[in-house]
Amino acid sequence: MTTLSQARAALQSGETDSPSLVADLVARMEAKNESIGALLSFNTEQALADAANADLSKPLGGIPIVLKDNINALGQPCTCGSRFLESGYTAPYDATVTRKLREAGAILLGRANMDEFAMGSATENSALGKTVNPHDPSRIPGGSSGGSAAVVASEMALASLGSDTGGSIRQPAAFCGIVGMKPSYGRVSRYGLVAFASSLDQIGPLTHTVEDAATLLQIISGHDPLDSTSLDEPVPDFSESLGKSVKGLRIGLPKQYFAEGLDPEIEKLVRAAAARLEEQGAELVDIDLPLTDAAVATYYILAPAEASSNLSRFDGIRYGRRSENATDIIDTYRKSREEGFGPEVKRRILLGTYVLSSGYYDAYYTRAQKVRTLIQQEFASAFAQVDAILTPTTPSPPRKIGVADEDPLQDYLADVYTISANLAGLPAISLPCGEMDSGDGTRLPVGVQIMAPHLRDDLVLQIASAIEQS
Amino acid sequence: MPDNELALKRIAELARLDLTDEELATFESQLTPILKHIDTLSAIDVDGVEPTAHPTPVYDVMRADTTRPGLSTAAVLQNAPESAQDQIRVPKVVDAS
Repeated sequence: MTTLSQARAALQSGETDSPSLVADLVARMEAKNESIGALLSFNTEQALADAANADLSKPLGGIPIVLKDNINALGQPCTCGSRFLESGYTAPYDATVTRKLREAGAILLGRANMDEFAMGSATENSALGKTVNPHDPSRIPGGSSGGSAAVVASEMALASLGSDTGGSIRQPAAFCGIVGMKPSYGRVSRYGLVAFASSLDQIGPLTHTVEDAATLLQIISGHDPLDSTSLDEPVPDFSESLGKSVKGLRIGLPKQYFAEGLDPEIEKLVRAAAARLEEQGAELVDIDLPLTDAAVATYYILAPAEASSNLSRFDGIRYGRRSENATDIIDTYRKSREEGFGPEVKRRILLGTYVLSSGYYDAYYTRAQKVRTLIQQEFASAFAQVDAILTPTTPSPPRKIGVADEDPLQDYLADVYTISANLAGLPAISLPCGEMDSGDGTRLPVGVQIMAPHLRDDLVLQIASAIEQS
Repeated sequence: MPDNELALKRIAELARLDLTDEELATFESQLTPILKHIDTLSAIDVDGVEPTAHPTPVYDVMRADTTRPGLSTAAVLQNAPESAQDQIRVPKVVDAS
């Protein structure tokens, strides 16, 4: 395993140089990407040129990073896994996280596959290619940041960025056996991230270690005037969280997250991770989050509603696909969208348009916004009793590729453990806590999730680091 | 969801999606159980609860009214499906009659 910190040490000591590091990863991509499908495009020539001029004095000097294909980087494609943007769109600007990575000296290596417009939890909704789980190619890598997770797990990249609207960083990280973190809402600028559900979306790191997650989070965090929802709050030094004692911390285990539907193997491994914290002096507390099930229904009203509005920009006029079969302006919108969007995106646009339509708005959208308030209040009460919350990241291991096509609701329901953190804006991380038997001869990674109060990203990293090191 | 095909057609029209009959039938059968699930929220008492649009307390963010560089015309037009005379070319919007 090569981590960011190992690569940085090797560059600093002169054991390797940036062009060799890039060339080594490119060779791995050429050998593996065809079978894994994690990357949609490479940036080889520019990456090698940038590596030759790497400034090793910078925090990520000479270190290659992969971006999910919904984060704009000047001059590169940004397909969002969609036919709509497959051609006819080259990013004319840098997202704020991209600018920050460049300023930190990072090299942009390639673009990771994803569910179309980040809608999905298997990366099967990408219109541009299939990504498989590096641990078992018959299984999904998770999603929507499945490419970002698989590229790190298969060691074609040291680290990547993804986006998380309802678990899209944490769930693929769990399925691929790596670390994935969704920062507190407002911690990281969303400027230049192609919007799915703006009140839920957050960019975050996917890495081999908690230390690497802290390193990347440090670089991408901070207030940005270009994103009015980014918070003007001081960013702590996240490296101080690593290795810090968890003695005396109260860790809540919500009973709704250890209930029916949870795979017994996963439960065993997650409870073992909790026990390791207890051995280090943390106190485990059973807590109650009765609105956990309601979170899924709330999410599948609010996220599609925001998506239907955000995706109205894809109309075939200014960029991306324009239908050649249209008769007039309205027909241009209708046909460009019909030809450009895949089934899951259409499903969610229809759902979102419906819940926002006259006569249904209050019954669905306003009610869901009120339940969202109750969910936030429920977490606030929980955090009056405990410092952080520990749960499984997913109720089950990664399923086989292709089995959910006819019944999207089953995949939606599997998001139950990750969605609440987005609704409440909480920081949350998934890290590996062991492996389970798939039942057909392969070993599958299992993830444990830590959530903490808003803006306590440091505490999430502290507890994750304690689990990782034990 | 719309309890008949006509209603889903109307939603598709509002969303500017030119769905085929086959798609309408598939989406209808998939969206029905999803709507049934989200209907479970009606059992939750939300009387007197304020709706939340947003997870963080940030309202009415103002910025200084100063100019800053934006995208050049060339950068914008590079992505336009059609352009002419430094502008994006679109299908006719207003009828001559």
